Amino acid sequence: MRQAHNAQARGPRLGRLGWSLISLLALVGLWELIALIAQSRYMPGPTEVVQVMIREAEAGELWGNIAATLIRVAFSFVVAMFIGSAIGLALGRYPMADRFFDTWLIFFLNLPALVIIVLCYIWFGLTEVAAITAVAVNKIPNVAVTMREGARSLSKDLNEMAHVYRFGWWKTLRHVTLPQLVPFFAAAARSGLALVWKIVLVVEAFGRSDGVGHQLNIAFQLFDVPMILSYALAFIIVVQIIEMAIIQPLIARATKWRR
Amino acid sequence: MASVTRPLSVRIDKKEFPSVGERPSNHVLENISFDVDPGSFVIITGPSGGGKSTMLNIIAGLDDDYDGQVEFGSQGPNIAFVFQSPRLLPWRTVYENIALALPPDDPRLANIPELLKRVGLTEAANAYPEMISLGMQRRVALARAFVLEPDILLMDEPFVSLDDPTAYALRELLVELWSRRPTTVLFVTHDRAEAVMLGTRILRLSAGPATIAEDVPVQLSVADRGDREKVRAEQRRIFGEA
Repeated sequence: MRQAHNAQARGPRLGRLGWSLISLLALVGLWELIALIAQSRYMPGPTEVVQVMIREAEAGELWGNIAATLIRVAFSFVVAMFIGSAIGLALGRYPMADRFFDTWLIFFLNLPALVIIVLCYIWFGLTEVAAITAVAVNKIPNVAVTMREGARSLSKDLNEMAHVYRFGWWKTLRHVTLPQLVPFFAAAARSGLALVWKIVLVVEAFGRSDGVGHQLNIAFQLFDVPMILSYALAFIIVVQIIEMAIIQPLIARATKWRR
Repeated sequence: MASVTRPLSVRIDKKEFPSVGERPSNHVLENISFDVDPGSFVIITGPSGGGKSTMLNIIAGLDDDYDGQVEFGSQGPNIAFVFQSPRLLPWRTVYENIALALPPDDPRLANIPELLKRVGLTEAANAYPEMISLGMQRRVALARAFVLEPDILLMDEPFVSLDDPTAYALRELLVELWSRRPTTVLFVTHDRAEAVMLGTRILRLSAGPATIAEDVPVQLSVADRGDREKVRAEQRRIFGEA
């Protein structure tokens, strides 16, 4: 009875891991097959791409470019989360402000990323500040909308409790308000990070002389597909490692009280 | 006779909720006036939606949009409130929820282990509220109120939606905590047996706009309160049921 139960519990877990592996192998296999059939220098197979990636990593170019991109991602992410949260919380708390600024928010939500990037470079020059501003401005409206939802859903009951027990503003913020916003903050961070990764590359391709985006732009001009794919692959791996090593544990820690 | 400072003196001339959208305004309280003697256990009872919770919110300072005045016997009195739902912070442990009612470094923090023992939550001190039963959550809310050593304790149907034995056990726990450290209590309930078992005085509110329809003392000794027959007899005397 007990063994049967154990086997059942272990079965699906092994299965899920196995499925991921099978699915990944199938993707690589399909890719190899297409490359074999195509026999074109514009469709390299996985082995060739990995070789290029290793060569680039040893030459030192790959890591330098990925590091440059990561630093831009980090800066624009932090700036966007900070400003977006502040705007979102203010709109969620003050209905008058919300009524007034709602149209502005819709305007910025629908402004194409490319327009923001081009305008930032024109107005502020081809500088690092312009690059980070462009990425942050793209993401701020999304963060603001999510955090506004969070501020609207704050519990009146808990606020009254905090008032009766004389929590004061700092204790209320730390123990009552912020914990309620964690799920919204996590959602904004995750969807936001996915967006920032992509926009940073575009910003780099347009007006920076290092970073993954810049390198992809050069490879594009040379039609160097193995280079493009090797950078893409390295980038996917780094993003996944950050997701699993930093973001998921942080979210798990913040929500450990849940049943 | 020396004048006794009353811990609480309530006068609410009028309380009305303004109309919101389609909903008409609601006149809930009218001409309410009563003084509370130190250490008394005042039951407030009356029809549902009759403004009992509104009255507690006004006394607690959560609602200051009313005509009248609430006066306390001491400056900045220590008020504790046990709400209808436990209103615990789900992301803080049982211990933290109780400790947060006090300022940091407060000497009363040292009383928490003893208090946890008395409400039977020593084992659950590090559990999160969602992981324990509703009855246990209500005990945490009681402990949070008593750790303050309040001058005034407000309770708004704190034992609803519990099964009878659990509610009974919690009432006994409340009586025990209260007799160890008598404080002035205002207790809202629908349950007439509960009212007679706990209260020293019962205020019955009329239908809305509510005003005080009756103000009767409960004539039961502490020992009599454990006796179901005597409680039932007193209930008949006050509420006049067959």
